[in-house]
Amino acid sequence: MIYKDIVIIGAGPAGLAAALSAYENGATDILILERENYLGGILNQCIHNGFGLHTFKEELTGPEYALRYIQKIEELKIEYRLNTMVIDISNTKKIIAINETDGVIIIQAKAVILAMGCRERPRGALNIPGFRPSGIYSAGTAQKYVNIDGYLPGRNIVILGSGDIGLIMARRLTLEGSHVKMVCEIMPYSGGLKRNIVQCLDDYEIPLKLSHTVTKIHGKERIEGVTIAKVDAAMKTISGTEEYVSCDTLLLSVGLIPENELSRKAGVKINPTTQGPFVSNSLETTIPGIFACGNVLHVHDLVDFVSEEAVLAAKYAIKHIKGIQKNEKSIPVYARDGIRYTVPSSIEVCEVMKMQLIRFRVSNVYENQYISVYFDFERVYHKLKRILTPGEMEQVILPKNWFDKYPAVSSINIAVEGE
Amino acid sequence: MMYDTIIIGAGVIGTNIASELAKYKLKIAVIEKNTDVCEETSKANSGIVHSGYDAMPGTLKAKYNVLGNQMMADFCRKLSIPFRQNGSLVIAHDYNDISKLEALKAQGIMNGVPGLRILEKEEILRMEPELNKNVVCALYAPTGGIVDPFQLTIGPAELAVQNGVAFFLKTIVTNLIKTNHCFQVETNKGIFQTKTVINASGLFSDDINNWVSGHKHYIKPRKGEYCLFDKQVGSLVNSTIFQLPTVNGKGVLVTPTAEGNLMIGPNSLEEYDKEDTMTSAEGIRYVLEIAEKSINIVPTAFIITGFAGLRASEIGGDFVLGEAEDVPGFFNALGIDSPGLTAAPAIAKDMAKWVATSLNAKLNNNYISERLRIVRFDEESLEQKQRLFKEDHEYGRVVCRCELVTLAEIKDAIHRPLGATTIDGIKRRTRAGSGRCQGGFCSPRVLEILSQELKKDIREIAKFSEKSTFLVGLDKDLL
Repeated sequence: MIYKDIVIIGAGPAGLAAALSAYENGATDILILERENYLGGILNQCIHNGFGLHTFKEELTGPEYALRYIQKIEELKIEYRLNTMVIDISNTKKIIAINETDGVIIIQAKAVILAMGCRERPRGALNIPGFRPSGIYSAGTAQKYVNIDGYLPGRNIVILGSGDIGLIMARRLTLEGSHVKMVCEIMPYSGGLKRNIVQCLDDYEIPLKLSHTVTKIHGKERIEGVTIAKVDAAMKTISGTEEYVSCDTLLLSVGLIPENELSRKAGVKINPTTQGPFVSNSLETTIPGIFACGNVLHVHDLVDFVSEEAVLAAKYAIKHIKGIQKNEKSIPVYARDGIRYTVPSSIEVCEVMKMQLIRFRVSNVYENQYISVYFDFERVYHKLKRILTPGEMEQVILPKNWFDKYPAVSSINIAVEGE
Repeated sequence: MMYDTIIIGAGVIGTNIASELAKYKLKIAVIEKNTDVCEETSKANSGIVHSGYDAMPGTLKAKYNVLGNQMMADFCRKLSIPFRQNGSLVIAHDYNDISKLEALKAQGIMNGVPGLRILEKEEILRMEPELNKNVVCALYAPTGGIVDPFQLTIGPAELAVQNGVAFFLKTIVTNLIKTNHCFQVETNKGIFQTKTVINASGLFSDDINNWVSGHKHYIKPRKGEYCLFDKQVGSLVNSTIFQLPTVNGKGVLVTPTAEGNLMIGPNSLEEYDKEDTMTSAEGIRYVLEIAEKSINIVPTAFIITGFAGLRASEIGGDFVLGEAEDVPGFFNALGIDSPGLTAAPAIAKDMAKWVATSLNAKLNNNYISERLRIVRFDEESLEQKQRLFKEDHEYGRVVCRCELVTLAEIKDAIHRPLGATTIDGIKRRTRAGSGRCQGGFCSPRVLEILSQELKKDIREIAKFSEKSTFLVGLDKDLL
């Protein structure tokens, strides 16, 4: 058995930032466990730029962004193990992992930081009818083939779903010589960032077909084409709008799911909306001493926010190790009208630092609407937003003194409002 | 070269017959048109070991269902095939239907099914708390079970190879001719000569029969569509839940699979195209809708994939088994639809006996009767995991994270008899890629391993058939 103060599961942007923050804040007895054979996680295949504008005030590629952290991890000699798969975590923070050098490893941690990231939704989850040929990839898998392995997964491509990875891959595959015929999005709006629609589709004249979906897959061996159709407001296909599009590849960018199989094994309670753990403002899950940050908690749009969240998780993990007692009540945070979810889902006032950040996503596209925060029935925050879309993560910042001002507050409510 | 017998088709029937027939001193070959065994009906079905109350008494289906069910536990132990006797329930929502359950029970008793009982609501819901609350009574069959259909096909195939049976994959039978003293099996790879032929060619068994026999048979495929769910909801029900059967069959079932998923399906649609395994939006919607009568909540958010299979139903409605009257030496295992999977070991046993008798074959005293499946590292105890790791460090390298499949397991799948050469072959042998991400993470890695181990260019590695490749070129190769 190995004993560690903090074990971090995953060495992607969340895990690396958490490790570094923990070390810099005085916890040096750290171990990072990573299942791939390199540090940096999915950033390594994100060779496009646009990373780091918030964190480093400059525009980096994914691998460059990761390298900033990796270099420091190496300099500080923070311990990590690669090719190491965690297969179990108990609610007592005992971790079982395996790798090719050490075999089965058992680690007892004082605190665990979950940073496993997310995975892509597969075709099956969409129930697209048809055969089951080759040539259907989730966008991230195709990204690995192209950017890491140097292979083209196809030449004539239809993309279903306008999540950011799909948009990025539309541009990448075009640059690599494939013909991206279109991006179909079942919703009347894109699930990706505006900047990606402009820079990845518009700039290359790739059509984005909103309110369109793939209704059939043709080709028994390799995919030969898809039927696409327009959908109505209830997302039902409108008959008569079907159109056959020939292609040898269908990329799916239809959503990301936080990977919480391990969290479940530990008994962590999962929020059905985000598929990530319920956490308080100390980013602690429902199991004391187990923290979560990054895409395993909720899917972020910018890596910078992942890093920022990880820094916080590490700080609170250190506090947990030091055994600082908490005895204050916890105030629930509710996602009301127009809000899909909030992170955190509860706030312990004693844990509020200078200010309290609440991140959330809206459930629809809203124009010229307000984001409001209520402390019980009293509106304490009211801000006009020109546009709100589900593709962009939103945030409100509540100063600590508001909590002092309302010591009896029993719930915090966030909503989208017309006025 | 003259074979004693050639088995056409390497589905669950063909491979089971092959391993059974290998108990005799015979020269045996199996001819299969696909790149792997278990590529058609055998790979796309419910994976249920039926207890045997459905089939009409006196039919071959009734006989071999009950026999197969009795053999299954022991058979699966010898071949290390995942099998569990989880019991099955036929539920009714209306007290008036209790007579139908009684009739099923009586039929079951006539067929020799043990332990059948009619249960009342309270007991049913105690057994299966997630069932639809409107259930009023049910027929309980404790001998119902679930089996991994891939392993039930691949296991006997491997055993057959170990006992000297030759497999010819990617070999398409184009004609069958009976000469004076033997059969000529014409294929795309040349002509095979054999003293006897066993027709286990599933959907195409009518063509093969009709080439040589005057007693014509016709396969009229019936499609069944399924949804497979994440293991997270794999124990939603413990037994297999049927609704009352209709003229079209046993109806939509809700069941755990032998591998721990939840599965819902199938519907039953007449199909004219023997290659049409397309799923349809209506079909999937239908099975999910019907399943709502069986369970409280259909966990649609946990669907990981959908698929369709074709039942090789003969228009007469029963199995066609045995030597064709007008063609001595030509044996049919034809029209094997449900309960064919359950019946397979029993059919194989009799078929082997018939063929061996007709050839005056002697017993093979060196017969190997057990087969060890690929280790399932994930399912082993911690101590066993440590022991395995000491034997082979590649058990420490996880390739498929959803199903926790290690490099050692994948290499075993490639290098054992009739090893996997495709992504689907790996998937059916090890489960790599059959989990919740459906190969999103592991398929690039599995492609690489296949390419290295088979010493083939990675661009040639396919999903199943030769044309179903993944990578089409190099970055910027056409720029």
